[in-house]
Amino acid sequence: MKKHLLLGAEAIAAGALDAGISGVYAYPGTPSTEITEYIQKSRETAERGIHATWSANEKTAYEAALGMSYAGKRALSAMKHVGLNVAADAFINSAITGVNGGLVLAVADDPSMHSSQNEQDSRFYGRFAMVPVLEPASQQDIYDATISAFDLSESLKLPVLLRLTTRLAHSRAGVTRAMPRGENPLHAEYAPERFVLMPYNARRQYEGLLGKQEPLERLSGSSPLNRMIPGNSSTGVLACGIAFNYAMEAKKSYGLDISVLKIGQYPLPRHLVEELFARCETVLVAEEGYPIYEELLRGWFDDRNIRGRLDGALPRAGELTTGLLAEALGVKRRETATVPDIVVNRPPGLCRGCGHRDLFEALNRVMEGFENRHVFSDIGCYTLGALPPYNAIHTCVDMGAAITMAKGASDAGLRPAVCVIGDSTFTHSGMTGLLDAVNERTPITVIIADNDTTAMTGGQASAATGSKLHAICRGLGVAENRIRTIIPLKQNLEKNMATLREEIEFPGVSVVLAVRECIETAARKKRSSGSKPANQ
Amino acid sequence: MQYDIIVSGVGGQGILSIAAVIDLAALHCGLHIHQAEVHGMSQRGGAVQSHLRISDAEIHSGLIGEGTADIILSVEPLEALRYLHYLAPEGRIVTATETVINMPGYPPFELIEAELRRTGSPVLVDAAGLAREAGSARTSNMVMLGAAAPFIALEQDILETGIKELFEAKGETIVAMNIDAFRKGLAFSQEHIIKES
Repeated sequence: MKKHLLLGAEAIAAGALDAGISGVYAYPGTPSTEITEYIQKSRETAERGIHATWSANEKTAYEAALGMSYAGKRALSAMKHVGLNVAADAFINSAITGVNGGLVLAVADDPSMHSSQNEQDSRFYGRFAMVPVLEPASQQDIYDATISAFDLSESLKLPVLLRLTTRLAHSRAGVTRAMPRGENPLHAEYAPERFVLMPYNARRQYEGLLGKQEPLERLSGSSPLNRMIPGNSSTGVLACGIAFNYAMEAKKSYGLDISVLKIGQYPLPRHLVEELFARCETVLVAEEGYPIYEELLRGWFDDRNIRGRLDGALPRAGELTTGLLAEALGVKRRETATVPDIVVNRPPGLCRGCGHRDLFEALNRVMEGFENRHVFSDIGCYTLGALPPYNAIHTCVDMGAAITMAKGASDAGLRPAVCVIGDSTFTHSGMTGLLDAVNERTPITVIIADNDTTAMTGGQASAATGSKLHAICRGLGVAENRIRTIIPLKQNLEKNMATLREEIEFPGVSVVLAVRECIETAARKKRSSGSKPANQ
Repeated sequence: MQYDIIVSGVGGQGILSIAAVIDLAALHCGLHIHQAEVHGMSQRGGAVQSHLRISDAEIHSGLIGEGTADIILSVEPLEALRYLHYLAPEGRIVTATETVINMPGYPPFELIEAELRRTGSPVLVDAAGLAREAGSARTSNMVMLGAAAPFIALEQDILETGIKELFEAKGETIVAMNIDAFRKGLAFSQEHIIKES
């Protein structure tokens, strides 16, 4: 069988294609972006006309996927962990309505926060919604689990959450693909008793969901994703998701005769866990993320035999490694060379020639003239403006918060109230906040750094740029003469400063569109249109 | 057999292409391969690394354990030192000597070189110079792959097949240039080994 070298993220995409999806709905976010990109570039997508266009945000994405499932077809929705906060309303309630065509939500968590603002664990959301959660451990496991997730979703009539973490999403290994399955036919049924969540229907549906919990646990018990690798010592590891790899590596490289219970499907299979505790005096609970199940297993009193993140056997935060597991299992830490002191950090920075540099240069100079120099900002490449030499922005919390936090600060009396947000972040979650400000005529200045792309995640199409952004601001009620456009280039510095100063001084809602294409995207376009580079 | 390789450098230096060629070659040999990398913020001129594991047996962990890497293959000298705690006591550093200075406090090259030499017998390659001889400074990464080749259990012609596969969409000239760069790096290392013995 031909092996394909796939990233974990790509293995989800391949699995979804072979499971017969009719669409993927997603918003880019590291480390989940490659799921959708792989589908967009695949031959099948072109041949079958699979929907693969980026959505405006994770909530619109998940809802559209639910709509496709309502119409009888299989749909995949993909996002990063914090994206699920945005889609949570739709996700939790879709467990109450249930689904028709298979609906799988693939979420990539980012423990150790390589490219994120927190390390929240999506398995919590799965428990919260009371749906099956799959957490495969290898690239082949991911591919196979994706296909079974669709089957499971369709047979249970529930959405299924498929959880990955950074190291799986962004590591490559061989995957053998199965025969692809055809797509479902269009089949939409009138079922208002399920899909109209008025209290009467919602209560009955919720009872139904509660009734499915026991069968879900039985399914976990017989799932190939959950299995025991028995050993003869009195120590065992309950290894969730990727932690299985580290447990097996530790078992092999240090010759540990431990029992390992691989967990890849939740709810936790009670009889397998009981078997592990029966075999072993001490059980190390290894979870990549929060100690969700460790906490559960410890209960209130009898936790003498349980080790994990909560008693310090494993660190409370950050990714796991083979070394950490081995140490927790009593192996002495290996002596290693130390990194010399001369190795200074190499932080990421704005690219040379990036338009954001010219924007921050102009903005900093203008803000120097004010006593209050707070600039609220958001998530994207321009977040790097928080670092030297610019130190230009002072907040970055969640998608869209730049505008609404500036509004609240302005309501509190902070003047000026200035914010910087990117084009894609604005259409993701900034528009509604701007409407709030317009309705109250709040004095804020919204600078939309429009680089014509979703740059930080690698240059995906943005939902609205250029004249479309202008029209959105106009449509939301910003006065025509208070929507200004600047081109952030060195030679425009004086002119841009004058425009920014005027709008910052204006005591109402104003928008400055700072329009200049991302240099990376521009270079990519140039490369693909003609002269090929020597290397990548 | 098992080889654990840390590939390192700065975002944009073609680290993932090096990994991709080794991947393809290992796949041709029917070996197990696991390559872990980090995308995202790190690509904006930050430090980039990839963990590459090749084995004839099943590989469990995608990450290489500290103190166990056979080689650190780096396209930038300071970046080679950043992952020193991963190197096995008998492991070897193969690194390009050209520095990428895009942050404050970058140490003088002499200090970097002294630290590199403390690791035993590092292979220090003027990759930029050899790449220019091959026709383009952008082939530095393939020079470095060539320089590392004698220390990886993959045959020269299989690695060259990998290079062909990776670059074939970009045309024959690009393929030839990258193979030339690879051979220049390989020849440099072979000389280094002769001098060493």
